[in-house]
Amino acid sequence: MAFLHGVATGHSQVKSALKGKSLTPYLLLAPGLIWLITFFIIPIFSLASTSTMVRPDGAQVGVYVQELRFANYVDAFLINRDQYLRSFMYAALATALALAIAYPLAYAIAFKSGKYRNILLVLVIAPFFTSFLLRTIAWTQILADEGPVVSAIKILPFIDELFRINNTSTAVVIGLAYNFLPFMTLPLYASLERIDPRTLEAAGDLYANGFTTFRKVTLPLSMPGVVAGTLLTFIPAAGDYVNAAILGNPSTKMIGNVIESRFFAVVDYPTAAALSFTLMATILILVSLYIRKSGTDELV
Amino acid sequence: MTTTSAPMPTLSHRAARWFSRNLIRIYAGVAFIYLFIPVAYTFAFSFNDAGKSNLVWQGFTLDNWKNPCGAPQVCESVANSLKVGVISTVLATFLGTMIAFALGRYKFKGRKSTNLLIFLPMATPEVVLGASLLAMFLNLRINPGFWTVVIAHVMFCISFVVVTVKARIASLDPRLEQAAMDLYANERETFRYVTLPLIMPGIAGAALLAFSLSFDDFIITNFNSGTFSTFPKFVYVSAARGIPAQANVIGSAMFFIALIIVIVGQVVSRQRKKS
Repeated sequence: MAFLHGVATGHSQVKSALKGKSLTPYLLLAPGLIWLITFFIIPIFSLASTSTMVRPDGAQVGVYVQELRFANYVDAFLINRDQYLRSFMYAALATALALAIAYPLAYAIAFKSGKYRNILLVLVIAPFFTSFLLRTIAWTQILADEGPVVSAIKILPFIDELFRINNTSTAVVIGLAYNFLPFMTLPLYASLERIDPRTLEAAGDLYANGFTTFRKVTLPLSMPGVVAGTLLTFIPAAGDYVNAAILGNPSTKMIGNVIESRFFAVVDYPTAAALSFTLMATILILVSLYIRKSGTDELV
Repeated sequence: MTTTSAPMPTLSHRAARWFSRNLIRIYAGVAFIYLFIPVAYTFAFSFNDAGKSNLVWQGFTLDNWKNPCGAPQVCESVANSLKVGVISTVLATFLGTMIAFALGRYKFKGRKSTNLLIFLPMATPEVVLGASLLAMFLNLRINPGFWTVVIAHVMFCISFVVVTVKARIASLDPRLEQAAMDLYANERETFRYVTLPLIMPGIAGAALLAFSLSFDDFIITNFNSGTFSTFPKFVYVSAARGIPAQANVIGSAMFFIALIIVIVGQVVSRQRKKS
């Protein structure tokens, strides 16, 4: 929110000119915010309400009544603890992998690309113009048992004949990292690009070698990008179920898969709602701890 | 780097030096290969003479491209996605731009909570957004279909529009608006003739982003669509039985169309800067 601050203090003259009708900002905000309140905030409460419902004896499929049964949460968590923990583990691994791929990529675009910078930025986003489901399915072909990657790895002497990637947790993590890579790359690029190259030169003038310059200057200055990128990758990855459904097997199911099947296959709305709510609460807690620890508030 | 002073650096030395200097570029190149391999696969398999299942290469054909609607339901679902995408994009861009303008140009009470309300949908996993909206529709006995999908898409696109347009407004020089007012333009004229044209590239970018988010959304759509099918939903549902190669044609065509739009946009904005 740093730049808003700048606008508020630095250009008070425009402000005062535009402040004339004090109702204007509220009229501008109202339609959009009402939309968000009606279709985002109220549904969250609806979800909370559904999560404590109970199916009465002998009722039709899909009919539930409110009984404020908070034990739904305990039941839902205990039954699905593995999928729940697995989601966060996969999301963390995928985030780490995406960071390892995206940081050097963003660095190269920000500092080494010269006049090709804009083209390379377009190329980072371009793959995402192809439907992500088609790309995820393409990964099943790339990682297939007779596919190029597995065949290449099997040439190595100590690899088991039964070695495979498809339908394993490795494939799910690769797919997750791939899927959210632009969400990692773009914030990293934005924060790296803002670094004045003269600060790096200054570090060199003060006898810092390349590695020290990176550790003491570049990395700290790019932290807002690292924080934003890891959050934008971790959050959707933790709730994803498409990668686990297409690239995984029954023992790599994530919490999203459970929520989906509880909703549609089992028609058990309260459990699905309780799981969704737990997922959201956990993510919000992790995110606020993470933001506090990394000391950046410049996310919005 | 002592090798530079050596009179005749050996080939391996020179290779090693080139390698260490360009390590980051090589790494970036590998990252780009990682990014594009699935796209290349999707494109290649759009030429597959596949019949029903398009997982194994059977031979080259142009038939899929000549007849992209050849497989059942492909074009219906694309048409549905386009309809949802256009309506949601228009609504979300309109609502989001107004919010961005209020945030970027006005002082008002409740700014912090507004920012929070914009940020929260982006920090919520899609599965929760989809499930909660469906829970509400079910509690209200509303049957999911076309309009529930539009409602959902507008909801998750608004925040992205606000962030994109707000960044553009923040980068404007407020003195331009001030100058217009000094020249006796009133608030509305200033907005119409100065502010709006200046933030137009930001709005266009936001609309493009909203459309691509809407067109590619699967999880939220799957929760709130009932029997209504969009292109991603069609792909997901047919994944079990085998996806027709026509789906790859659509995916590849979307890729090239979007790429052309972005490149043309960049060229236009660069020429405007020159003139």
